[in-house]
Amino acid sequence: MKKLLEGSRAIAEAVKLCRPQIVAAYPITPQTHIIENLAQMVADGDLAAEFINAESEFAAASIVLGAVAGGSRAFTATASQGLLLMTEVLYNIAGMRLPVVMVCANRAVSAPINIFSDHQDSMTMRDAGWIQLYVESNQEAVDSIIQAYRIAEVCELPVMVCVDGFFLTHTFEPVEIPEQTQVDDFLPPFHFERTLNPSNPFTLGGGSEPDNYLEIRAQQQAALIDAVNVIQAIGADYAKLTGRAYELVDSYFAEQADTVLVVLGSTMGAVREVIDSLREQGQSVGVLRLRCFRPLPAQALVEYLSAAKRIIVIEKAFSAGAGGIVAAEVRAVLQQVGVLIPIDSYIGGLGGRDLKLTIIEDVFHQSSLAKSTADGVFLDLKQPGTATKQE
Amino acid sequence: MDKRDPYRHNVLTSGHRACSGCGEAMAARMVTDLIGANAIYVNATGCLQVFTTHNQQSSWQAPWIHSVFANAAAVASGVEAALRARGDDTPVIVQAGDGGTFDIGLQCLSGMIERGHDILFVCYDNEAYMNTGVQRSSSTPHAVRTTTSPPGRLSEGKHHLKKDVLSIIAAHHMPYAATATVAFFHDLKAKVEKAMTIKGPRFLQILSPCPLGWDHDASLSVSVSRLAVETGLFPLVELENGEVTSVMRLKQQRPVQDYLKLQGRFKHLFNSTSTAETATGNANGAAEIRHLQALADARIRRYELLQAETEWDTVRASQVQRHGRGGYRNTGQEAAS
Repeated sequence: MKKLLEGSRAIAEAVKLCRPQIVAAYPITPQTHIIENLAQMVADGDLAAEFINAESEFAAASIVLGAVAGGSRAFTATASQGLLLMTEVLYNIAGMRLPVVMVCANRAVSAPINIFSDHQDSMTMRDAGWIQLYVESNQEAVDSIIQAYRIAEVCELPVMVCVDGFFLTHTFEPVEIPEQTQVDDFLPPFHFERTLNPSNPFTLGGGSEPDNYLEIRAQQQAALIDAVNVIQAIGADYAKLTGRAYELVDSYFAEQADTVLVVLGSTMGAVREVIDSLREQGQSVGVLRLRCFRPLPAQALVEYLSAAKRIIVIEKAFSAGAGGIVAAEVRAVLQQVGVLIPIDSYIGGLGGRDLKLTIIEDVFHQSSLAKSTADGVFLDLKQPGTATKQE
Repeated sequence: MDKRDPYRHNVLTSGHRACSGCGEAMAARMVTDLIGANAIYVNATGCLQVFTTHNQQSSWQAPWIHSVFANAAAVASGVEAALRARGDDTPVIVQAGDGGTFDIGLQCLSGMIERGHDILFVCYDNEAYMNTGVQRSSSTPHAVRTTTSPPGRLSEGKHHLKKDVLSIIAAHHMPYAATATVAFFHDLKAKVEKAMTIKGPRFLQILSPCPLGWDHDASLSVSVSRLAVETGLFPLVELENGEVTSVMRLKQQRPVQDYLKLQGRFKHLFNSTSTAETATGNANGAAEIRHLQALADARIRRYELLQAETEWDTVRASQVQRHGRGGYRNTGQEAAS
């Protein structure tokens, strides 16, 4: 049955269905409603978990690390500065191959301090060794969290479900929350092979030297690359259970269009409307959303993008001093297979700036006229080509 | 378990790579032998982690985890919560150095205690960052030479005082907090055993001499740690719920010089062309020794380790200005610095 729920509430419901035994978190906007909901569920006895109030995000990440190593399913959520404060531990969780699941309620990073949504926080963590799923809707957030636990526990890799702050976390939408029995059928009880246990003592997190560090890192990389198949298989399994199917990428007319936009996250909703309107005008245009950004679904990108004549990447993050992150990766993937398509790289929506339909439409029209490609162009700048002075 | 000695668990087994005379290895051996292998050990980054898990070769015969430097108390919080969630009351022990306790790990430790986790946190206090090559920590005592508090024309070693971490921890509504050292095994044993009977957060600060960093002969680790106690510089005490409940009294107080002169880290204080209290020569060294004596006296008075009063100004000894040398009793020399 569909319920009208705030995104954060829907996320908390999904987490609850996964039966975590430990929830550890530190409050940060726009993640707070998620953990407040979980705290209330624990307080009301509706979720049989311990809610641990960490003294920082660094500690929250460390607590879920310890909880998983100690043999319990665990959950945390954060955003922005909190995610950055977790950085050291996030790399460590991945390196130790611990199946932790977290939600990042995507928010801009400081300075200037800004509580609104973009992808600069989680994009910064793209090299940490976590699987990253960027969701379009609250329904997809719910479904991805449930899948994330199974993916994490099968792969022994951590999974970050990236949910746009405010746009999703604070928005009420009708959401189908699966039944507990459905989730119990889908997600087996938590089992971690290397659980700390006196009857079979493991040493977790010992030192390594130049003669084996590289091999351990290579194993991690191989596991992440293999995770592409696991994510697909588990997605298919989930579709059987709920009827809702999710792929590594989400195509809206991408495979049959001359011009393909590439986006992540909730921006997809607006872009779908733009595509509809442009297609009504007779334009051959589609959009591809990267749902799974790590591991990078290279094969899927090649399949969906090789036939296009022009690709326009619009992303809510950038690598300072370089440019668009997703654009660079799409370029690299296509060049690897010898496909040389003009790729425009646009950066927009930073710090919660509205990516209006007209902006996206303008981008399409400009690109179709341009002889050269846009290289990390900032959209909707008030003073084009220069930094806006702080007021 | 050791086949030759059923009372030894060999949780920390032989073959590790600690330096000879390592006080931390001694202390960890004592602590883990007393607690046994039916426990989960969480380690901060530091010497103990490095010399026991070199290159994926482990010296631990109990479940052991290391994550990063600052988070041992938080990782242990998660481990403890995970175990308790399953009705498992296996003890959880944190082992950290003074860096992982006094400095980078203090916030996580405070959080662990405030939340009341059922964990014994053991700090092997060797009074500096030894693993990285003897840099000053907030546990390093006043006037000590380290690589980042070097004596020089303008310096007599570490300017600031050793942080009183025990009081900070005891102020957390702490069920049990105690100090111990390797020279007094029976005292250490009693404290570990007592700690293991108490539920909730517990803290043990074990002074662990480091022959490398303290620059003393490897054969003297136990002697040096005994002198730290006998001079009053490192009182052996127990605090329960924030109150001092027992102290190891001193029959007589040894002068701090007896402790200092065995260790190269204090050598610069004795390198005086003149030990006279004049404004010339290296009188500062002598003054710093007096300051350290005053600090020892202050601790003796505070914990009532001796009945008799001492001659030093123990109140001012615990005051160090942001710039300036300190509050030892005397002669107006502070004004010159």
